Amino acid sequence: MTTLDDNEIIATAVPPAESLWRHLRYHIARHPLGVVGAAIMAVFVFAAVFADLLTRYDPTSTNAALSLAHPSAAHILGGDFLGRDVYSRIVFGARISLAVGLGSALLGCAIGTALGLASGYVGGWTDLVIQRLVEIMQALPVLILALIMAAALGASLENTILAIAIPLVPYSARVIRSNTLALREMPYVEAARAVGMSETRIALRHVLPNTLAPLIVLATAQLGSAILTESSLSFLGLGIPEPHPSWGRMLSESAAEYVRTAPWLVIFPGVAISLAVFGTNLLGDALRDILDPRLRH
Amino acid sequence: MATYIIRRLLLMLLTLFGISVLIFVLLRLVPGNIADILFSAAGMVDPADKAGLEHDLGLDQPIVVQYLHWIGGLMHGDLGYSYISEKPALDEILPRIPITAKLAGLAITFAVLLGVPLGVMSAVKQNTPLDYVLRIVSLSGLSMPAFWLGLLILTAFAAWFGEIPIYTQAPKTFLETVQLFAVPAAAVGFRSSALIMRLTRSSMLEVLRQDYIRTARAKGAPERSVNYHHALRNAILPVITLIGVEAGFLMGGLIVTETVFNIPGVARFLVEAIKWRDYPIVQNLVMFVAVVALSINFIVDLLYAALDPRIKYA
Repeated sequence: MTTLDDNEIIATAVPPAESLWRHLRYHIARHPLGVVGAAIMAVFVFAAVFADLLTRYDPTSTNAALSLAHPSAAHILGGDFLGRDVYSRIVFGARISLAVGLGSALLGCAIGTALGLASGYVGGWTDLVIQRLVEIMQALPVLILALIMAAALGASLENTILAIAIPLVPYSARVIRSNTLALREMPYVEAARAVGMSETRIALRHVLPNTLAPLIVLATAQLGSAILTESSLSFLGLGIPEPHPSWGRMLSESAAEYVRTAPWLVIFPGVAISLAVFGTNLLGDALRDILDPRLRH
Repeated sequence: MATYIIRRLLLMLLTLFGISVLIFVLLRLVPGNIADILFSAAGMVDPADKAGLEHDLGLDQPIVVQYLHWIGGLMHGDLGYSYISEKPALDEILPRIPITAKLAGLAITFAVLLGVPLGVMSAVKQNTPLDYVLRIVSLSGLSMPAFWLGLLILTAFAAWFGEIPIYTQAPKTFLETVQLFAVPAAAVGFRSSALIMRLTRSSMLEVLRQDYIRTARAKGAPERSVNYHHALRNAILPVITLIGVEAGFLMGGLIVTETVFNIPGVARFLVEAIKWRDYPIVQNLVMFVAVVALSINFIVDLLYAALDPRIKYA
């Protein structure tokens, strides 16, 4: 009979840092597009954090001489109607987009997780009521609900985040609920109950952590759709108010008439939005493949 | 089956009731109604005038009374009057619906005609350069805001032809309609086509791995027949669900696209009404959108059972 060495058990249970790195390298090699997505996101995060260092001009200061200026060496992306430097506004716009995107995706997922966990774990009447609520919210397109919420709450950064977060709630609530329903029947939940753990504690300590993988996948996808929704809201004039430089609002200022006269005002902010969302989508696809292969499309 | 349909219809009514309450409360959540907007725009506020206007519009009544008044009217086909134009809301909404419906129909047609074949190609040629290109194109489609794609198209038209295809007058013939709406429909449908392409691809990949496909190949069926006849038939089922969901949710893209292309449809009208707090228009339009979205979902679910004999509703 062979006996296992204690050290060996510990070694397999806790992977050393080197193995974690190897694990990561394995996924990086298998998902090159995910790495591209992560790199794009890194660039936008960098731009948002160091916006002051990356720009020479104040994104809100106007300069009549620069009104509708063509792209040049001094102002590489040109100037808008009020003579503000477009490059500065796009770099500072990354702050707004990421703040709104992260803020509303996280807030929406947090509320959705709480509702989904309660719905799936408690069941019964709680489940019934929450599910009807989710159905009601999901029957309306995200942008319409967001538009009405934004108009009702009034234009500000915080309200825009809230207006986008609420319509996203049903999606995470559904995913977490269905995961919770499966996890609730797991033997380890029964074991926890047998040793006398309280229901709340089981839900938070044993069920919730196991829903983390689909939650991360969902949150990444919602980050992209939150950025898109913010740009649509701002484009329609119900999103981020002046003087914040928002990519969507830059396009609304420059809409129809600049299509002929100043196409750079139309092209660059849209490139920024699309690239940022493209980055989250690439990253989201890779994360989904790694964390939750069952969801793979 | 009959009980299933009745249960679904009752649930739909419940959901619609919930939506009506939600919208009604949301619109009245904040201080500031049409009277405030009009008077602040005029720059002078005479409290008596303002109170008179609020009384005329019924805004001084308790919220429950206002709600019952609205729903009671709705049951009789009376949608109230638009605050802005002072015309019956129904007369404002109805003529705008066909415009948006045509645009949406064209957009869905475009999305299906582009998305399904490209999705099949992508799956059949999995992991070839063609597959990678198509996957990146579809992912870009999901990343571009619809209004920006519209603006880009307008920019391209302005640069190449010197004129832009925006709505100036109502089309008369079917051909004119198609000509006028083709470009905006493509702009709004591109996102849906990207979604359809992705789902068709993954659904096809799953089906192509199954035994009956191998059997079909083994007995010498031509490649094209295996892909389109044997595989796509089963692979298209989840895609149909997606098309149904997208048809209901196309509204978001239509709102911005109608704004960009200056199309006087219901979607753009809704945004204007929201901005002006024109409650009767917003409430009724949102209910309309919800009814359309829920009905399409319901029809798709029934269609699903009709197309796939393995699915039975009880």
